[in-house]
Parts: sequence; C-alpha cells; structure tokens
Amino acid sequence: MTTMQIAALVAVMAVVTFLTRALPFLLFGRGEKPPTVVLYLGRFLPPAVIAMLIVYCYRGTSFAAIAGWAPGLIAGLAVIVLHVWKKNNMLSIVGGTILYMILVQAVF
Amino acid sequence: MNRKSLAAAFPHTVPVLMGYLSIGIVFGWMLSAAGFHPIWSAIMSLTIYAGSGQYLGVQLLADAAPLADAAFLTLILNFRHLVYGLSMLEKFQGMGLRKLYMIFSLTDETYALLAGVHAPEGVDEKSFYFSIALLDHLYWIAGSIIGAAAGALITINTEGIDFAMTALFLVIAVEQWQSNKRHAPVFLGAAGTLVCLLIFGPENGRFLIPALMILVAGLLLMRPKLEGPEALVKGGEAL
Repeated sequence: MTTMQIAALVAVMAVVTFLTRALPFLLFGRGEKPPTVVLYLGRFLPPAVIAMLIVYCYRGTSFAAIAGWAPGLIAGLAVIVLHVWKKNNMLSIVGGTILYMILVQAVF
Repeated sequence: MNRKSLAAAFPHTVPVLMGYLSIGIVFGWMLSAAGFHPIWSAIMSLTIYAGSGQYLGVQLLADAAPLADAAFLTLILNFRHLVYGLSMLEKFQGMGLRKLYMIFSLTDETYALLAGVHAPEGVDEKSFYFSIALLDHLYWIAGSIIGAAAGALITINTEGIDFAMTALFLVIAVEQWQSNKRHAPVFLGAAGTLVCLLIFGPENGRFLIPALMILVAGLLLMRPKLEGPEALVKGGEAL
C-alpha cells in the first residue's frame, strides 16, 4: 500500500467512527424522541454483529488438516473459559493470543 | 479544564488506564507486525480512537481492503454507539466546543465511566467530564505507541498475533451474553453469517454485507418476541 492509500483508509475509518458517535446528537439533539425501532436495533443488533464478526474472524478455518482448525478452536475456548472465570479483559485477550501463537508456531 | 478537575478525574480513570494500555499495546504491536510504521498506530489512535474498530483496522490495512468495505464494516461495528449517544444527550449539554470532543471520544469505557460518576464538591462538572475523556484518550494513544515501538524493535516470531482481534470479540460476546437474557440475536448473527459465508465464500469479507441484511431483517421479524421490559438485565460493558 502507498502512504496515500493507508491515509485514505485511516481517514475513512476515522470519519465513519465519528459519524456513528455524532449521529444521535445530530438527529435527536433538540429533544425529539428517537423512533422505537432505532432503540430496538440499538439494543439487539450489537450482540448479533459481534457474533457475525466472530464468524468473520474464523473465515479462514479449514478442515483439510488439523492445523487448519484446532489452534483457533482451542485458543477460542480458552478465551471464553478465562473470561467467564476471571472477567479480566487483558488476561483473556493476551492469554488467548499467546496460547494461539504457541499453538500455530510450535505445536501444529 | 484545570489541574483540579484532572486530579479529581484521574482516580476514576485508573481501571481504564490499565485496560487501554494493555489493549493499546496489543493493537500497536499487531499493526507493526503487519508491517506498518509505528507512526500509523499513533495516527489511528489519535484520529479513530476505537478499540475493536482499530483491531479490525489492522485486518483491513493488512488486506488492503477497498474503502467502501472499510466504511461499511466500521459502521456496523460501531452501531452500538448510537445508543450511547442517546443517553449522553443531556450530560453534554452546554459544553460548547468541548462537546465535539466529548462526542468524538465517546468510547465504551469512557461511556461507562461518564454514565456512573459525578464531579466531587467544588469541581466543575463539565471540566470533570472533559478530563475523564481526555485522560482515557491519552492512555489509548500511549499504549498504541508503546506497542508499536515494541513490535518494530523486538523481532520475535509474531505469527498468530492477529488472533487478538478474535479474542477481543469473544470477550465482548461473553460480556454481552452475561448481561442479556435474550440470546436469540447471537444465534441469528452466527447462523446467518455462516450461511452467507458458505454461499458467498470468504474472499474480501464480501459475505458480511448480505449477512448484515439478514440480521437486520431477522431482528425486525423477531421484534414482537424480543421486546419487553424484562429482556435486559443490565447495561453491558464492551470494548
């Protein structure tokens, strides 16, 4: 990628992120009540989107060989167990990532 | 903002300091491991300032994703911010120009802090909120720079470090699962996306656009069943 391409991608992400934060203030800043369908989607879309993005993260999974699926499955389960158990973001994310790195580099 | 409001705000931000330093370090390290100059980590954390958004950004940059895809994915990932803004409408009133920065810096963590704190006696409330937002942003930038520098200087085998994004989304999912009684959206999200992945294939993440359409349509169909005062236990925190 050229510097300009990187800058363009970063700028797009920055603008869109700001817009999603600013939108409620722009649309409902003068006391109007937001439509109930917006509130409904705002409450139930996020868990569905996170599930979607987890599938996106695992899109490269292959069942042709054990190395194609086992590290992601084991490390993913480890993250879930760690987080249910300790409720510590840093521990779950860093611990799971280090386990995954060991699995792909040294085990499978 | 003044020294007094910063001093009053700091103790409230210590948990975010720990969290942002570590998550920021992993972000910077991932971006350096993907071959990008550390300055980009600093620029992204300064201008985008979104945890999961920037983790996704590493992937988008590494894939040299089309701009439209980047815009679309950032939009859906940040959809939850719509709800945050709604509950901050009153809090940010009368902050003048600082309101723009408050809106820009409304991350999950800052939102959670602002929703639960009040300025101590004798400290201007608006300056107190502004101090919290500014300190959190500085922690995030600092973590990113530390991680990016470490990733550029320390040459260990970083294969697999991109799993941090998966881990982050799994953590968010666990927290959402525990704070919501209704889990149908999670199954809808996973199943709908899997179907689209099988139909459209994994290239460029193109399957996400039809998947999102299915999710929104499915949620609208499920609305009569899902909506109800008992559906939400408490507001979940995410990254």
